[in-house]
Amino acid sequence: MTERTVHVDYISRVEGEGALKVRIAGDKVEEAQLKIFEPPRFFEAFLRGRGLTEAPDITARICGICPVAYQMSACHAMEAALGVKVEGQLRALRRLLYCGEWIESHALHIYLLHAPDFLGYPDAIRLAKDHPQEVKLGLALKKVGNDLMTLLGGREIHPVNVRVGGFYRAPTVDELRAFRPQLERALEMAERTVRFTATLDFPHIEEDYEFVSIRREGEYPLTQGDIVSSKGLKIPQAEFEHHFEEVHVPYANALQAVHKGSGPYLVGPLARYALNSDQLTPKARSMAKEAGLGPVERNPYRSIIVRGIETIFAIEESLRIIDHYERPAEPSVPLPEVTQPRRGAAATEAPRGMLYHRYDLLPGGLIGDARIVPPTSQNQKRIEEDVRHLVERSLVLDEAALTDRCERAIRNHDPCISCATHFLKVTVERS
Amino acid sequence: MAAPSKPRLAVFKFASCDGCQLSVLDCEDELLAVAGAVDIANFMEASSAVVDGPYDLTLVEGSVTTPEDARRIREVRAQSRVLVTIGACATSGGIQALRNFADVEEYRSVVYAHPEYLSTLATSTGIAEHVPVDFELRGCPISKYQLLEVVSAFLDRRTPNVSTDSVCIECKRRGNVCVLVAHGTPCLGPVTQAGCGAIRPAYRRGCYGCFGPQPTPNSTSLTAKLEEVGMAPEVVKRFYRTFNANAPAFRQAGEAAAAEAK
Repeated sequence: MTERTVHVDYISRVEGEGALKVRIAGDKVEEAQLKIFEPPRFFEAFLRGRGLTEAPDITARICGICPVAYQMSACHAMEAALGVKVEGQLRALRRLLYCGEWIESHALHIYLLHAPDFLGYPDAIRLAKDHPQEVKLGLALKKVGNDLMTLLGGREIHPVNVRVGGFYRAPTVDELRAFRPQLERALEMAERTVRFTATLDFPHIEEDYEFVSIRREGEYPLTQGDIVSSKGLKIPQAEFEHHFEEVHVPYANALQAVHKGSGPYLVGPLARYALNSDQLTPKARSMAKEAGLGPVERNPYRSIIVRGIETIFAIEESLRIIDHYERPAEPSVPLPEVTQPRRGAAATEAPRGMLYHRYDLLPGGLIGDARIVPPTSQNQKRIEEDVRHLVERSLVLDEAALTDRCERAIRNHDPCISCATHFLKVTVERS
Repeated sequence: MAAPSKPRLAVFKFASCDGCQLSVLDCEDELLAVAGAVDIANFMEASSAVVDGPYDLTLVEGSVTTPEDARRIREVRAQSRVLVTIGACATSGGIQALRNFADVEEYRSVVYAHPEYLSTLATSTGIAEHVPVDFELRGCPISKYQLLEVVSAFLDRRTPNVSTDSVCIECKRRGNVCVLVAHGTPCLGPVTQAGCGAIRPAYRRGCYGCFGPQPTPNSTSLTAKLEEVGMAPEVVKRFYRTFNANAPAFRQAGEAAAAEAK
């Protein structure tokens, strides 16, 4: 019996440091391990003893790619603990800021990280030599997302305007209206993006995912709503830890989440789309149809099209929010004193999937305990399954080709290893 | 005669959030021009094509937190003609340097079920504590304009023009009202190096020191002012201890406030 091992020592075009090891015996994959060697940073430990209002700015530093997601999950969890509601225009402004992050992050992944895989280039710089129009369009689209975050948050990475209870400063109506032309151009760019991604060459495979995302009637999910799954789960966010658990495996500096009694599951664009495609904005819906997407998409390679559709949604939603904007009298709602122990939890939709925070507060308002479950640790186990199936289908390939395919299978899910405290290195062993 | 080859650029990551290297990709208007002026030889977040060193310009993001990384940074230094650190993690150890004030063994057991699977050092330290560094770019995150200035200066073989003024100077230039004096809002601007564009005061909140201490900070005076506007010493300690907690001036100011809190 022949033995094979495939190693990818350092997975490129992902955020953070990770590796993959696959051990093959005959025609069976004995083991597929997504290794996370990003060094641990201990956020949950040093959050203890910090003030509740410090959590949004501190947890933003977990990830430079999706800081708004961390700020939003932290704020909603703290507000749940305090029994504070942030509604109306303040809620809309939060969605607007989040849309900026989705536009930026999705354009980054589509053009700079993912597209080179389909067109046979090692990176977008070399892709730009032969396809300058596409890469320039991608950078211009990405910039609109960054500019929207800068408008609302002061800067695109680790914005400074978010607080528990709302914002430090609410923009004026004129400031937001002035941004409308940029968004209109972005909408056109995003439509071209979907048409471009729909022409790519996709392997014909479907995975049997259990999809998990947030769902709230009347809107495509960003913040608030129930946690739902394609296997019929529907729970309030506060019950997340009753249904999902994290397991610490020896080869990773990250914790892997599983749905109790069900197993690995997937969060992110494919999951949100499958569970919420009925709630897309009009143009996003018509472009999904034009691009050939059904109500559910199970081919992980085609997530590049779904990211394009979600980008259109984020732009249409931004335009809608701006058109209905009236400046709130106060930029935030007041917070009550914490006089007894309190617990609050919340999940919001980071570009790469659902991000859960839970805090226990002590009397006086200091954090006693914190739990953070990032999207990539939820997807990690399911990504290993994707790789296992891929390798079993592709045994005839030589090492170089197989290694390349494995990396692509991982990149389909836009993993953020800094979030999950990991980085990718691929190893395949055959026996 | 053969055309001179382009300088080779490398980007390496240590413990960090990836935000500072993302700043390279966030230079949307300049990225393709920069890529035309240098040969991107090693940048794992952006490319699968890796060329071995030596490199002419190396950007290092992140802090040293594991025995392996303490070894790896020496290797990176040996391959680099010019080494520039980008961001608070690489310069002072970053937010993960909060472990330097705590018990790491206990930290491990709080976050991970099997602490024995992890390999970690008791401290998070900046790159210059391990190898010589040619230039340190501040910020959590860095300013992409300062990054472009450093890369351009390197290409032109001149010293980067990066101000070491305090945030106060930037606030004055921007025309911000002083939030500390006018509103009593706690602000680290007087002791923090400029570079962010004084964005926080523009959003009506105080500076939280993400560019680290400026060269001659008078933190004793600032601490007295912070207490005067109503901050308890324990809160002052936390105020200094965020993204640059381990930078010497902020570390000392934090320790002084901690001693007072006791």
